[in-house]
Amino acid sequence: MANPLYQKHVVSIPDLSRTELELIVSTADKLKQSPRPELLKNKVIASCFFEASTRTRLSFETAVQRLGGSIIGFPDGGNTSMSKKGETLADSVRVISSYSDAFFMRHPQEGAARLASEFSSVPVINGGDGSNQHPTQTLLDLYSIYETQGTLEKLKVAFVGDLKYGRTVHSLTQALSLFDCEFHFISPPALAMPDYITEELTEKGIVIHEHQKLESVIDELDILYITRVQKERFDETEYQHMKSSFILSADMLKNVKENLKVLHPLPRVDEITVDVDKTPYAYYFEQAENGVYARQALLALVLTNEYGDDQ
Amino acid sequence: MKKQLQVEAIAHGTVIDHIPAGKGIQILKFFKLSSGSQRITVGLNLPSGDNKQKDLIKIENTIFDESQANQLALFAPHATVNSIENFEVIGKFKVALPEQIAGVFACPNSNCISHDEPIPSRFNIKQTEQALKLKCHYCEKLFSSELFTELH
Repeated sequence: MANPLYQKHVVSIPDLSRTELELIVSTADKLKQSPRPELLKNKVIASCFFEASTRTRLSFETAVQRLGGSIIGFPDGGNTSMSKKGETLADSVRVISSYSDAFFMRHPQEGAARLASEFSSVPVINGGDGSNQHPTQTLLDLYSIYETQGTLEKLKVAFVGDLKYGRTVHSLTQALSLFDCEFHFISPPALAMPDYITEELTEKGIVIHEHQKLESVIDELDILYITRVQKERFDETEYQHMKSSFILSADMLKNVKENLKVLHPLPRVDEITVDVDKTPYAYYFEQAENGVYARQALLALVLTNEYGDDQ
Repeated sequence: MKKQLQVEAIAHGTVIDHIPAGKGIQILKFFKLSSGSQRITVGLNLPSGDNKQKDLIKIENTIFDESQANQLALFAPHATVNSIENFEVIGKFKVALPEQIAGVFACPNSNCISHDEPIPSRFNIKQTEQALKLKCHYCEKLFSSELFTELH
């Protein structure tokens, strides 16, 4: 049985191959269909949040509990030796990894998870490192896309909103670029996708379209991925003007493809009006629930050999 | 007619030739070459074969190995490094871009974990058609090489 992720770190989406991404997605699906409440019995998982993140932590800790594992850890870095006594992250990781079978972490600085993986004696799973990577979000996004479309291949995917600062959209485009998807980027010019991402995608031969308005492309899409535009990045007049072009309401969904699903990493503010929630296209709450299955899949793969790619 | 050397010959050491004009001083600073006691001769804006100008550095009693010399490639991608013994060139190579540079530059991202931990900084070099870029191994941010070479 081949499980390429057994005892491996999961730090950054570009580290994962297409086969590994597919394995994680299929394992999430298996765990959603057939729960394994004793799979991680007698395993201790460290949940180390050097920076608070309610949703990611609860989702991750639920994943551990649903698989029968035990948790040690802390919900924010404020009370740790590191912040109080000036311990390096390298030393904290050495110690915590000696207590546990896997190490899940969020940290406010970019590169923290990579560094941790170099000092940890057990697999490190990155739950977000500053503005850099948040691979488990990308994996739950991928799983939600697979679950609703039956494939990850050759889909038409639009990303709307803050494409400049949104690390989730950066990682998701990197992952979907392995599956020959077509991308549509819709954002205010000030929040456009950074050049280094578009260059990287173009180098890989990915088709990219940029639009000013969502209406011009919405009827062709399989996946509509919306992110929050932070009000504080604009002055009030600019924000009000800009808002109308990047808000999804139910009346815009009249002629869309039947299989379209609307995703959002949450929290949502007003970029998706609540009347969309009742349409068959809304999938953001199921997507959040899928976070538990995606994280269960990662834990199952790095800690056991129960789910190989030939299973 | 005897060809006259533009910069005095050295008996033993290294000659770094074909440095783009204007980069010689940066290289001296970057490698902290002048902080030692070895005699260094620098030629700036010397005529080069292709009607352009070049800089040149001669360092006595110091031999660079290829991996040390390759770090120069960021500043001077076409530099040649000559090892000299008894006034004779005993080795000559062109610098080549290394795949990785470790422990040389600090990461320009002030929120990168590499600043606060007991590890050397590390950058992977990425050459595209348009530009030469350095990607931090830790924070994964991509920086244009000029950001490093212009700072020093």
